[in-house]
Amino acid sequence: MTSAALGKDLIGLEHLTPAQLELILDTAEPFKEVSERPIKKVPALRGKTIVNLFFEPSTRTRISFEFAEKRLSADTVNVSPQGSSVSKGETLVDTARNLEAMRIDMVVIRHGASGAAQFLGSRIRSNVINAGDGKHEHPTQALLDMLTLRDHFGRLAGLKVAICGDILHSRVARSNIWGLLKLGAQVGVCGPATLLPRNIEALGVAVLPRIEDAIQWADALNVLRLQLERMQTGFIPSLREYNRVFGVTSERLARAPKDLLILHPGPMNRGVEIDSDVADGPHSVILPQVTNGVAVRMAVLYLLAGGAPDWAQAAGRGEDH
Amino acid sequence: MPTRTLLLDDRAIGRALARMASEIVERCHGTEDLVLVGIQRRGVELASRLTGLIGQGEGAAVPVGKLDITLYRDDLQTVGPRPVVGETSLPDLDGKTVVIVDDVLYTGRTVRAALDECADFGRPRRILLCVLIDRGGRELPIQADISGASVTTTAGDRVDVFVSELDGRDAVELVR
Repeated sequence: MTSAALGKDLIGLEHLTPAQLELILDTAEPFKEVSERPIKKVPALRGKTIVNLFFEPSTRTRISFEFAEKRLSADTVNVSPQGSSVSKGETLVDTARNLEAMRIDMVVIRHGASGAAQFLGSRIRSNVINAGDGKHEHPTQALLDMLTLRDHFGRLAGLKVAICGDILHSRVARSNIWGLLKLGAQVGVCGPATLLPRNIEALGVAVLPRIEDAIQWADALNVLRLQLERMQTGFIPSLREYNRVFGVTSERLARAPKDLLILHPGPMNRGVEIDSDVADGPHSVILPQVTNGVAVRMAVLYLLAGGAPDWAQAAGRGEDH
Repeated sequence: MPTRTLLLDDRAIGRALARMASEIVERCHGTEDLVLVGIQRRGVELASRLTGLIGQGEGAAVPVGKLDITLYRDDLQTVGPRPVVGETSLPDLDGKTVVIVDDVLYTGRTVRAALDECADFGRPRRILLCVLIDRGGRELPIQADISGASVTTTAGDRVDVFVSELDGRDAVELVR
């Protein structure tokens, strides 16, 4: 299956055009309303079979995709390595080919290896959606962040967004940087030097060495989860020190020149990268992000499934097909 | 080079809408429990005008809703250049007489989708279909209850409806 609008797969935001990014965000808008209906289901993907292939633990992304799929009336299957042939040593591509032989239409994949989604997309006919691959990209998370920012500010162009925390290991940061820059936002990154990739400035972002700098500069802070599982190898001295130096606290935010919008992709380490009173405070849009996640994923699924009917143009002229 | 033939000008559309508004009131025995629902996009403008005309004649405000049937189409595989999913916002439909308003009635697939979508939002007591122009060519057994005009067309024809709110003028044209 191919879609003229987005291409066959959604691997990342790096190679999408600004028009494609706007198309996804614009398509997500009416999908928000579907989730508000008494019957939260439309038949747009009736008859489609979608496999959620999650090789890494995930709660919200997997559930968000599953809600999006079910609200579009697709049939869904969840596959995890435990209890599947992957645990017996089957390769990724063999797993996908076997699933495809059962006549599936789409694969949503999360994998610990950067490039896994691209690898899969180039080897199977089904549409592939990247739900996070290693340290590479997490496009739907960035899209839902962008939608949340656009909802709040009414625009992305000219907005200053500081991404704070572990940029080095973050696929969310990469997708956000590419997506936001393409739509005209300014992006700053803030975190310990050990957690900033070398030459990150080459991507066109500002480096903000201290969290206080980010708070002074930005309109919105996207606070990343400190990946505790990666912190055993000496990237930071201690979680307590990280909170003391880089934690987003209400005391620090009180010194901001304006109210900052607070985003976080979750799951949060409360008391580490973000304090509870900020996460639950009036400027936090962490829960609206989750709501927007379903709408964005519905939009992506719909667009990749070929939801670009000719009659839409005809309808604009007053035709009934 | 396709030729354009004017089927209805602004005055003819005005007369048709006035007649359709009266017919709605007559067929529904007044305006009690009446709801008008326009199909995106031009159906919405027409429904809005019809509620205005009914309001003038009857002195009653009739609720009006918008229905976007994009996600209820049965032809998603028809890949085109750009999908357009519009807004759906409906008043309470339970127990109401719902008049679905659209600009053109052709194959009937839009109306089928609209009926499905209405059923997801509530349980109307009765549903009527009101269209500005019926061009024939049905692929489903669907008939308008109230129509402004009818024209016989062939499959290659197109009927363009223009409304001043969106297009700056009122007209119905046959493109052949």
